[in-house]
Amino acid sequence: MNRALRPLVATTAIFILAYMAAILQFPNMLSTRVIGNLLTDNAFLGIAAVGMTFVIISGGIDLSVGAVIGFTTVLNAILIMWVGLHPFAAFAISLIIAAAFGAVMGAAIHYLKVPAFIVTLAGMFLARGGASVLSPDSIGIKHDLYTSISKSYILLPGGGRLTIIAMIMLAVFAAGIILAHRTRFGSYVYALGGNETSAALMGVPVARTTILIYTLSSTLAGLAGIVFSLYTSAGYSLSALGVELDAIAAVVIGGTLLTGGYGFVAGTFIGVMLQGLVQTYIVFDGTLSSWWTKIVIGALLFMFILLQRLVFSASTPTRNVFWKT
Amino acid sequence: MADTARPVVQARGIVKVFGQHRALDSVDFEVRAGEVHALLGENGAGKSTLIKILTGAYQPDGGEVLLDGAPVQFTDPLHAQSHGIGTVYQEVNLLPNRSVAENLFLGHQPTRFGIVQRKQIYAQARELLATYGLEIDVKAELGSYSVAVQQIVAIARAVMLSGKVLVLDEPTASLDHNEVKKMFEVVERLKARGLGIIFITHFLDQVFAISDRITILRNGQLVGTKDLNQVSATDVVRMMLGKDLAFHQQVVGAAESVQGPKQVEFKSMGRAGRVAPFSLSLHEGEVVGVAGLLGSGRTEMARLMFGVDPADSGEVTVGGKSVSIRNPAQAVAAGFGFCPEDRKLDGIFADLSVRENIIIALQAKLGWFRALNHDEQIEVAGRYAEALDIRAANHDMPVKLLSGGNQQKVILARWLAIDPSFLILDEPTRGIDVGAHAEIVRTINRLREEGLALLVISSELDEVVAYSNRVVVMRDRAMVAELHGADIAPSVIVAAIAENTAATGGTA
Amino acid sequence: MKRLNWKGALLRPQFAALAAVLFINWLLFPGFFDITWQDGRLFGSVIDVLNRGAPVAILAIGMTAVIATKGVDLSVGAVMAIAGAVAAVMVTSGSPAIVAVAAALAVGLLCGLWNGVLVTYLEIQPIIATLVLMVAGRGLAQLVTEGSIVTFSDPVLIFIGTGAFLGMPMPVVIAVCLMLLATLAVRRTALGLLIEAVGVNRSAARFAGISSGVLLLVVYTFCGFCAATAGLIVAGDIRGADANNAGLWLELDAILAVVIGGTSLLGGRFSIPMSVVGALIIQAMNTGILISGFSPEFNLVVKSGVIILILVLQSPLVSQWVSARTTALPVRGPKRKPL
Repeated sequence: MNRALRPLVATTAIFILAYMAAILQFPNMLSTRVIGNLLTDNAFLGIAAVGMTFVIISGGIDLSVGAVIGFTTVLNAILIMWVGLHPFAAFAISLIIAAAFGAVMGAAIHYLKVPAFIVTLAGMFLARGGASVLSPDSIGIKHDLYTSISKSYILLPGGGRLTIIAMIMLAVFAAGIILAHRTRFGSYVYALGGNETSAALMGVPVARTTILIYTLSSTLAGLAGIVFSLYTSAGYSLSALGVELDAIAAVVIGGTLLTGGYGFVAGTFIGVMLQGLVQTYIVFDGTLSSWWTKIVIGALLFMFILLQRLVFSASTPTRNVFWKT
Repeated sequence: MADTARPVVQARGIVKVFGQHRALDSVDFEVRAGEVHALLGENGAGKSTLIKILTGAYQPDGGEVLLDGAPVQFTDPLHAQSHGIGTVYQEVNLLPNRSVAENLFLGHQPTRFGIVQRKQIYAQARELLATYGLEIDVKAELGSYSVAVQQIVAIARAVMLSGKVLVLDEPTASLDHNEVKKMFEVVERLKARGLGIIFITHFLDQVFAISDRITILRNGQLVGTKDLNQVSATDVVRMMLGKDLAFHQQVVGAAESVQGPKQVEFKSMGRAGRVAPFSLSLHEGEVVGVAGLLGSGRTEMARLMFGVDPADSGEVTVGGKSVSIRNPAQAVAAGFGFCPEDRKLDGIFADLSVRENIIIALQAKLGWFRALNHDEQIEVAGRYAEALDIRAANHDMPVKLLSGGNQQKVILARWLAIDPSFLILDEPTRGIDVGAHAEIVRTINRLREEGLALLVISSELDEVVAYSNRVVVMRDRAMVAELHGADIAPSVIVAAIAENTAATGGTA
Repeated sequence: MKRLNWKGALLRPQFAALAAVLFINWLLFPGFFDITWQDGRLFGSVIDVLNRGAPVAILAIGMTAVIATKGVDLSVGAVMAIAGAVAAVMVTSGSPAIVAVAAALAVGLLCGLWNGVLVTYLEIQPIIATLVLMVAGRGLAQLVTEGSIVTFSDPVLIFIGTGAFLGMPMPVVIAVCLMLLATLAVRRTALGLLIEAVGVNRSAARFAGISSGVLLLVVYTFCGFCAATAGLIVAGDIRGADANNAGLWLELDAILAVVIGGTSLLGGRFSIPMSVVGALIIQAMNTGILISGFSPEFNLVVKSGVIILILVLQSPLVSQWVSARTTALPVRGPKRKPL
């Protein structure tokens, strides 16, 4: 088996086992209702985690996604409620600003040759601070579009609801999978994560790709912000606090190597769902406290970092070769 | 020279200067269509600089590069590649984390509506590799294959994207015998297709197995270009290692000097895949020179002795007592010192001061809590800087601002400061200007007179002869000869290095 | 031990920056430098800057050593929360304060040791290794406090956060003591030099016989200890342990303080006192923003501006430009002396 697949298989197996164990204890958890909620509640995290997957595969990290989500919710609320723009216009403006923000971070990482974590840290401060400067208080969003979006869903057999925002997340994952595995850009992202020097020698446009990766991450964080504002019908500068850590954890648990070069967008989906499952289980249990989520996520993160070290440090070529003579 | 074929690429009077160092001094070179042209020389001879100029990684400071007779100026390797010159490097410059097919076609994948046509790529990749006699799963990760397969994939990519000239920069360095054979079959095929192939290696037998002509560089200068059937292995080694070794005066003063008691002894020390077990003892006041070509196992031997790589067999005794050396810290504790070949990577602390660079090993040996105070540091650094004539404006300046020769002396001073019993010098004069060169040689002689045991690895044979009491010869990762007395002469050493199988252990 | 050249040290840009920030604060608030003596302790805006800056300064002390080895510790904020939680829960359940403090510090050491083991023996990149505790740490702290904010009235813990010694607030006293002790520990022993050597070139350090493993372990453990100390101060200050918010984002402030203090993220040369100055610059900006009436969140924008400025100043592009304008250093002429 392709060794890159091993962590992904492990995650999938853990997810299935955990879900089965949860069902044994709480049979109610086997319902489309629970699954629908799982998708809806984690939609914004999933969307942001897709962007983070690209960043981490390329060997970088983006600490600014939570802050960009927060900023976007505030900007949306202001544009809709105070400026009076139609939500779609507000969405477009938010996404453009988020994209530009990511492009500048990508350019700084490439041209200033500074570690990504420090550049995106500055980005995090800037986005959080900017959001607070725009409005330190939470702004409720009331608009027909918001109401109609939150009311519309596809009814699943069994009473579950597939909401619009869940569908947006699923669409983003589908697009992310195609982008990562079926386009030249995707192969450049893996190339950068594998070996930047080799990639450059092989003709990968390193500067352009780096800028595009962070643009993509910030744009998706912006989209996650829009989804978050739809989810909560509010804009608040401190919303989505620490989501970057959840996103990083989802990516790593989903089988992406934190040092770059290997990973799957689909794995990130399972990583997000596994986190959601832990939360749902805690809610069902009722006696467990919410902090167990963080501890379990931390433990899973540690386990997968160890697993990756085991899988990728034993890198002896094993494949047989048939030589024609 | 027979002009059976036209030259595809020519370099005329190439000059390249780094700082005050002339890396290449009006070097001529050419490769013809349908020939394998070996480029030989020790480290620092200028091979890689020349290759980097031919492939556009460097711009020459003088001279010109001609492609099919017309002058060209390549801006970077991609530019050179698009004009027909492809390169395959020793450390495969592909992506081990991606599939074989993607490595072949990265950046050139056929797409439809932006979607990469994977089936098409896989089919083309299989087809392409089949022409190289390779049938592998092209969907598998490149890194899951042996280096030999990776090299052939790299060659396939380079040839596909260039097509006139293929530069093979030490492609066989980490291949086993069978893999080398396969690689050569591939090279023969490409040669038959009319490609000009530049082959860089330090394995002489491989040069003789496949090359049509050779060009030898030494210290940035062209020693000569020869048809291979006109020269012998001994001629080649002589051209690589010595200026005029045949006429060189025999400096045998070193060999006559008195030896003290046995200082260090290594008994059948070895490490699988790196160095075959060897035994060597060194006495007080003795210099043992190590001769051998690059890749002969000479550096690997030194690394085992110093515990950089732990040995998997053998034992070490120092002053009659058995010691365990599993890491450099233990080696330092046993009184060993090691000036590594790669000064920048393994030697100097670029941002630390000259003073700190000198006292660091002594401080490491003393431990955390016996810190040398400022005055002691000044005193120690001053003493050894004086003794070795280290030229620095002051000892508080970062060592990176010193010249190569002075940096080398700083590392030497670092080891003298721990009052060592045994010192290993790996290529102590590489990349150092001529004046500093002579000083280092004088220093080695003086240290010997002061009673130190030294092991000096060098590819400068006239130097080895000048300071060695004994010379051991390395070849194919094994110690193959030990020369004494009158045998310590360039001609004998050259013969021992060039010898393939016969009469190896004659004097050992 | 390096002799401090006070004249030279005071000319460093960090002191100029601190002076500039303080000067701006004075322009905004003319009473900024007023100090009064009341109830046996000093009061005033400057004292407040020192007091509020102490936790980050303490974190920066430990972080400096980690960054000097080319590492980073992202978990210090979470460790602060854990240490505060441990101390608070122990005193509320009746343990003597001294035991609670010792336990909190021991937990900090343990957290640091954990990071050190991951970095040194499992060879996981520092940023990734410490991320684990950053993610899980707050959960662990909440586990200890069982999710609530544990308030206490233990006089010793409160004294650590709000007391005064010789007129100076305790946090300042602790920070200064820790700074002096750490500086002495690295400069009076060989630790400082060896840390710098490992940070500059780990391979060369190995060749020179330095065992970097134990060194890294000590450095990360010390960083955990500093984080626990800061956690105790913050808990004592608010008379309670807030597992959610104690030390939130302070790891980033600590890294910023170290970088402002001139220690490169690429490892090597470091100065603990200068990192403390960096922490003071950050706090002086915070205070300035507060007294000028901006919302505290505006801080974040200013901080990001500072990071961007430093990144640009430290970038290879700028240093190339600078080195192109400075001439080569004079070298002592060749001495003719036979060896």
